[in-house]
Amino acid sequence: MSDTKANHPTKLARPSGLSFKDKVAELLPEGGNLNLCLTCGACSAGCPATGLEGMDPRKFLRMAALGMDEELTTTPWVWMCSMCTRCVHVCPMRINIPQLVYHARKSWPEDKKPRGIVNSCNAAMKTEGFSAMGASSEDFKFVVEDMVEEVRESQPGQENLEAPMDKHGATYFLNQNSREPVTEPDEMVPLWKILNMAGCDWTYGSVGWAAENYCMFEADDEKWEQIVRTKIKAVEDLGCKYWLNTE
Amino acid sequence: MKFTVQDPCQLVRKTFGDPVADDLRYVVKAVVGEENFIDMWPNKSNNYCCGGGGGYLQSGYTEARRYYGKRKDEQIKDTGATYVIAPCHNCHAQIHDLSEHYGGGYHVVHLWTLIALSLGMLGENEREYLGEDLCDCGLCTVDDE
Repeated sequence: MSDTKANHPTKLARPSGLSFKDKVAELLPEGGNLNLCLTCGACSAGCPATGLEGMDPRKFLRMAALGMDEELTTTPWVWMCSMCTRCVHVCPMRINIPQLVYHARKSWPEDKKPRGIVNSCNAAMKTEGFSAMGASSEDFKFVVEDMVEEVRESQPGQENLEAPMDKHGATYFLNQNSREPVTEPDEMVPLWKILNMAGCDWTYGSVGWAAENYCMFEADDEKWEQIVRTKIKAVEDLGCKYWLNTE
Repeated sequence: MKFTVQDPCQLVRKTFGDPVADDLRYVVKAVVGEENFIDMWPNKSNNYCCGGGGGYLQSGYTEARRYYGKRKDEQIKDTGATYVIAPCHNCHAQIHDLSEHYGGGYHVVHLWTLIALSLGMLGENEREYLGEDLCDCGLCTVDDE
């Protein structure tokens, strides 16, 4: 066991007013069931983050029940939990521990949050495509068109390959993770080939083309909501029926 | 040659549940051949997160991320598969790193790579993540069988 704060006897300060847990419970359907823990430990037994920072999901929830708000909102463990929801899946009481983690992330001041996540969110907010790698829509369009042309010319059978951009009325609006156009554009090609072979009517969009949303991982509600709303509007503006986002 | 598949948390546990995990296996088996597919354990909605999600890859907590991913690495090694199909970007990047870091040496591929390969339309430059055993498959005229 690592020698962390969580392993030493702790004095419990009775918080005045609502505790962190109670405040989060007010935001969640059924209060996230945050008061229903049976302490069985199924969550922790099946959590790959158990043991990091002397923490595990059950301990995190018990600390919330005991009102240890300062520890909860300062432990870096909240960035080591991937919010995968396996703990909820195995929990007999369906307790929403990941939402507790999310709100603990939210309570961190921006300058203390992991730089990589904050920078990815900020980069996305600066482009109309919301690319966390900061790729502009012009660059995205250029890379896509360049790849399509190259494949059409060099690969027999792919003379009619298409990767439409801003195609009005397409059935599917497809998002694309920034990683491909920026670092490995060849990896986009198999996907296009499959869609075209299946006769799928799809398009990319210059607004909101990037699939990722690091503002959500940063737990910045205002920014991630703006990203999602703008992407939905982009899908609607193009008159597409389905929005495909694989993230 | 054996193939296993990672269940992306976002797609499976958090969104469509076991039915989409079954669909995923239907496609994977159709592509690699049922006898070449081996599932990891636990799987589907009960599968473990790889440790690439939630912003982990950009968080700077590299040591913690690999500790977290050790469980995934062991799950994969237990299958004996030489290929892991990762239908999610974060999973792909994380499991690729786990294979190198823990020395498993298994290959990590996107699902689209194997679909296009099985359809005979995977281009020469689209084979970055295939191993030596598959990187020439379908490119030459010699029938390997």
